[in-house]
Amino acid sequence: MDILNAVVAILNFVVIPAAAYGAQLALGALGVTLIYGILRFSNFAHGDTMAFGTAVTILATWGLQALGISLGPLPTALLALPVGIAATAAMVLATDRTVYRFYRAQKAKPIILVMASVGVMFLMNGFTRLLIGVDEQRFADGARFIMDVRSFRELTGLKEGLAFKTTQGLTIVIAVIVVWALFWFLNRTKSGKAMRAYSDNEDLALLSGIDPEKVVRMTWIIAAALATIAGTLYGLDKAFKPFNYFQILLPIFAAAIVGGLGNPVGAIAGGFLVAFSEVAVTYPWLKIAGYLFPDWQPGGLLQLLGTEYKFAVSFVILIVVLLFRPTGLFRGKSV
Amino acid sequence: MSTNRQAASASIWRAPVLFAILAALFVLEGTVRNGMFSGSWNTSLAILNMGLISAITALGVNMQWGYAGLFNVGVVGFLALGGLAPVLISTQPVEGAWEAGGPRLLIALAAAVGTLALAAQVRKRLPKWRGLAVTAVLIGGFIIYRWLFDPAATAIEANNPARHGNIGGLGLPVLLSWAVGGVFAAAAAWAVGKVALGLRSDYLAIATLGIGEIIVAVLKNEDWLARGVKNVTTIPRPVPFEIQLQRNPEFLELANSWGMAASTASGIWVKLCYMLLFLVVLLSIILLAELALKSPWGRMMRAIRDNETAAEAMGKDVTARHLQVFILGSAVIGIAGAMMITLDGLMAPVGYNPLRYTFLIWVMVIVGGSGNNWGAVLGAVLIWFLWIKAEIWGPELIALLTSPMPDGNLKAHLLASAAHMRFIAMGLVLLLVLRFAPRGLVPEK
Amino acid sequence: MSDSHYLSATGMRGGYGKADILDNCTLTVDKGQIAVIVGPNGAGKSTAMKAVFGMLHLRQGRVTLDGEDITALSPQDRVKKGMGFVPQVNNVFPSMSVEENLEMGAFIRENDIRTTMEQVFDLFPVLKDKRRQPAGELSGGQRQQVAVGRALMTQPRLLMLDEPTAGVSPIVMDELFDRIIEIARSGISILMVEQNARQALEIADIGYVLVQGANRYTDTGQALLADPEVRRTFLGG
Ligand SMILES: Nc1ncnc2c1ncn2[C@@H]1O[C@H](COP(=O)(O)OP(=O)(O)OP(=O)(O)O)[C@@H](O)[C@H]1O
Ligand SMILES: [Mg+2]
Repeated sequence: MDILNAVVAILNFVVIPAAAYGAQLALGALGVTLIYGILRFSNFAHGDTMAFGTAVTILATWGLQALGISLGPLPTALLALPVGIAATAAMVLATDRTVYRFYRAQKAKPIILVMASVGVMFLMNGFTRLLIGVDEQRFADGARFIMDVRSFRELTGLKEGLAFKTTQGLTIVIAVIVVWALFWFLNRTKSGKAMRAYSDNEDLALLSGIDPEKVVRMTWIIAAALATIAGTLYGLDKAFKPFNYFQILLPIFAAAIVGGLGNPVGAIAGGFLVAFSEVAVTYPWLKIAGYLFPDWQPGGLLQLLGTEYKFAVSFVILIVVLLFRPTGLFRGKSV
Repeated sequence: MSTNRQAASASIWRAPVLFAILAALFVLEGTVRNGMFSGSWNTSLAILNMGLISAITALGVNMQWGYAGLFNVGVVGFLALGGLAPVLISTQPVEGAWEAGGPRLLIALAAAVGTLALAAQVRKRLPKWRGLAVTAVLIGGFIIYRWLFDPAATAIEANNPARHGNIGGLGLPVLLSWAVGGVFAAAAAWAVGKVALGLRSDYLAIATLGIGEIIVAVLKNEDWLARGVKNVTTIPRPVPFEIQLQRNPEFLELANSWGMAASTASGIWVKLCYMLLFLVVLLSIILLAELALKSPWGRMMRAIRDNETAAEAMGKDVTARHLQVFILGSAVIGIAGAMMITLDGLMAPVGYNPLRYTFLIWVMVIVGGSGNNWGAVLGAVLIWFLWIKAEIWGPELIALLTSPMPDGNLKAHLLASAAHMRFIAMGLVLLLVLRFAPRGLVPEK
Repeated sequence: MSDSHYLSATGMRGGYGKADILDNCTLTVDKGQIAVIVGPNGAGKSTAMKAVFGMLHLRQGRVTLDGEDITALSPQDRVKKGMGFVPQVNNVFPSMSVEENLEMGAFIRENDIRTTMEQVFDLFPVLKDKRRQPAGELSGGQRQQVAVGRALMTQPRLLMLDEPTAGVSPIVMDELFDRIIEIARSGISILMVEQNARQALEIADIGYVLVQGANRYTDTGQALLADPEVRRTFLGG
C-alpha cells in the first residue's frame, strides 16, 4: 500500500507537472530549433514572442467571454488561439521583413543576428506591455480538474491524492497533436521537405530551385504558431506574467541545445529532460521517502535545490552538454 | 581622396562635438526649468553619476564586444556580483555571525570548489567511464557540501535576523571593495568562459544569460550572504553625508556664498565628490584600455577579431585570448557593480532587472560605437540621460499626441502605458543604429 | 559562331573578391557531347563551373545556352532552362533520405517525377536499395551517385559535374564513368571537371586544360592525350 502511495505521490508531484511543463518547453524549443536550423541564429526574442502571442490570445479570450462564448469544460483560450497565432505570425513576419532580411542578404555573422533579435525582444516586450500591462493575468476557465484529489482518494481508497488539472491534460494532448502535425509537415509535404533541405544544405537547396525567402517565411509562421501555443499553454497552466516569459528563455535554450540545435526530435527530448530534471531536483522527496522507508528519519526535506533555483538546473544541464557534447545528444548543427 | 580627407576631418570633430552636446544637455537639466528639464543641479548630477557608472559598465562590455566580438548577455549578473563586494568587504562585521557558522561555511564553500576541481581532474585524467565518474564525484561532493553548508547558513541567518541575519562584512574601506568587485566578476567570467568559449558564438550568449539569472537568484535567496530581499542598507560611504555638511559651519558659509540653501548645496557637494571619484576610475580604465589596445596584445586581439580563421591558422590560440578579454571586461563590469551599490548605499537584489542592466547597456555600447572606448562612454551617458528623461518626456509626449482625442478608454490606456514606450523606443534605437549606423556615433578609428 | 554550340561560355573574367580568378576563360559543349576540364589544383576549375552556373559575378564574358543568352539569370532560373549542377563538395542533403534527395532535385518540377526517379534507380541500382537511408550515412561513392542522381531529376539538357569521382575507388570510378557515358548517349550534354585526367580525357569529346584561370590547351580528348607537352606537364608522363 505504501508503495502505491509513493507511486501516486510521484505521479502527482513529479511526473504530471513535469510532463506538462516538458511539453510546454518542447514546443518552445521546437520554435527555437527551427529558427536556428533555417536562419542559423539563436533567437533571443522567442520568449517575448511567446508572451506577445499569449497576450493577444488572452485579449481575444476576454473578447469571446464578453460575447458569452465558451467551450464548456475546456478553456475559452483554445478558441482564441488562432487569433493569437495570426497576430504573432504577422508580427514575426514584419520583424523578418524589417530586421532580419537585411542581415541575411548581407550574410552577416550569426552573432549580429542574435543581437538584432535582442532589439526585437525589446520591441516585443514593449508591445506586450502596451497590450496587457506587466501584471499577472489568469485566463483559464472551464473545468479545473480532470481528476481532483478528493475523487481520487474516494475512488482508490489510497491515503495519497492525485490531481490532474485540465490544463495539464490539455497541454499534453495539444503538444502531441502539434508535434505530430509538425513532423507530418516536415516529413511528408514538399514544403516541409524543402525546409529540411534548406536547413541541411543551403547552397544545394538554392541550386535545386528552392526559394529561400519562402522557406524563411514558412519557418517564421511555424515558429510563431509554436510560440503562441506554447505560451498560451504555459499561461493556462501557471499564469501569464510577461517577465516569466523572458525567464523561460533559458530552459528553452537549454532544451534546444541539449537536443542538438536545429534538430526537432532533439528539441522535444531536451524539453522533457530539462523539465523532469528541474521538477525532480526541486521537489522535496521527504514524503515519498517516508512511504518507501518508514524507518528512516532524514534531517531535511530531501530537496536538492530550492525552487528559486530551478533555472540553475537548466543552466547546469546546459553546461554539462557544452562540456561533453556541444552538438547535443541528437547531433544538431556543427559547433 | 578628398572625400576621404573630409571623412577623416569630420571624424576628428565628431567626438568633441557630440560630447559638447551631451554636456549641454546636462547643463540644461541643471539650469533650465520647464516642461522638459528640471532645472535642478541635484537631478542633473544624479543622472550624470549613474551615467558614469553605466559608462564604466559599457566600457567592460565594449572590451568584450568591440575587441573580441563576444556577446555577453549576463551583464546584470556580473554587475550584481560586483555589488556583493561592498557588502562583504566594507560593511561592519556582524556580531556573532562568524561564531554561528563562519568556519563551517568556508569549509563548505571549499568543499564545493574542491568537488568541481576534482571533477575537472577526473574528466581530464580518466581514460574510461568519464561521464559516470564525474557524475559520481559531483553527486558525492554535493551531498557533502549540503551537509556542511545547510546548518551553517541556518545558524547565521538565525543570528539577530531582524537587523542582520547575514555573515557581515570585514569593515574594510569601501574603495577597496570596488577592486574586489572586479575580482568577483572576473572569477565568474573565468568559469563561464572556460566552458562556453571556443564553441559557437551563440553559446557564450546563452551561457551568460544563464549565469546572470543565477547570480541574481543567489543574491535574492541566500539571506546569509547579503540578507536577500531584506536588503543591506549599511554600505559605508566614501564621501561625507549631507547631514554632516549641513552641520559644518564652514560649509554653510560656502553654501551661502553660492547663494543656495544648505540642503541643496550639500546634495550637490556630495554628488560632485562622487563624480570626481567615478571620473578617476573611468579615466584610469580608459587609459589602461587604450594602452592595452596599442600594445602587441591589443593588436593581436584586433587581428583575431577581424579574421578569426586567419589568426587561428597563424597559430594564435583564439580561445585563450577570448578568455582573457572576457575576464577583463567582466572585471570592469564588476567594478561598476560595486560602485553602483556604493552610490546607492543599498544592496537590493530585486532591483537587478536584466532589461535595465543587461540590454540597456548593450544599447549604450552599440549606439556609442562598438570598439571605441570614448564611443562607449558617450553612448552610455547619453542613453542613460535619455532613458531617465524618457520617463518624463514619454507621458508628456503621449499626452500631447492624444490631446485632440476624446476622453475614453483608449486614451486612458495610451496614457497609462506611456511608461512601456521606453522599451519600444530603446529597441528601436538599437535596431536602427545596428542597421543604419553599425559603427555607432563615434566609430572605431 | 559560338552560338552553334549547345553551351558556350566565352571570355569569362571574374572571381570572389577583388582579384580575378578567371582570366578570359572560354568553355563550350555541343549537344550530347562530353566536355572535360582538367588542370592543377587551384587552377580555377570549380570557379569556372560556378561561373557557368551563375553562382559567381562575371565582370566580363557571356554565357549562352542553346543560343539563348543566360548571362544574367540566377542559378535557379538556369535550372529551369535545363541545366543541372553537381558541386564538388556538400552535394547532398545529408540528413535526408536518398529518395528525398532525389525529390528535392526535382523541386521545381510540377509533373510526375516517378519515372525519372526509376530512371535514376536504373542508372544507379545501389540507390534503390538505400532509398530510405539518410544520404549522410552513405559511402563516398554512393553519395556521389546520389549527387548525380539529384541533378538528373530535373531532366536537364546539360549536366555539370565537378569532380564526380573524387574520393571514389578505381572500380567505382570506372563504373561512374560508364554511367556518365550512358547519360551522354541519352542526349544530355556533359561538362565535367576531373582530377583523373587520363580516364576523363579518354571519354571526352573536347578537353580543356585550365591553368591560372586561363585556357592553356583546348582540343579533342584524344588529341590532348596524344600531345607530349600536355602529357608531360599535366598527365604525369
Ligand atoms: N569561396 C571562395 N572565396 C574566395 N576564394 C576562393 C573561393 N573558392 C576558391 N577560391 C580561390 O579561387 C582559386 C581557384 O579555386 P578553385 O576552387 O576554382 O580551384 P580548382 O581548380 O577547382 O581546384 P581543385 O582541383 O583543388 O578543386 C583558388 O586560389 C582559391 O583559393
Ligand atoms: Mg575544384
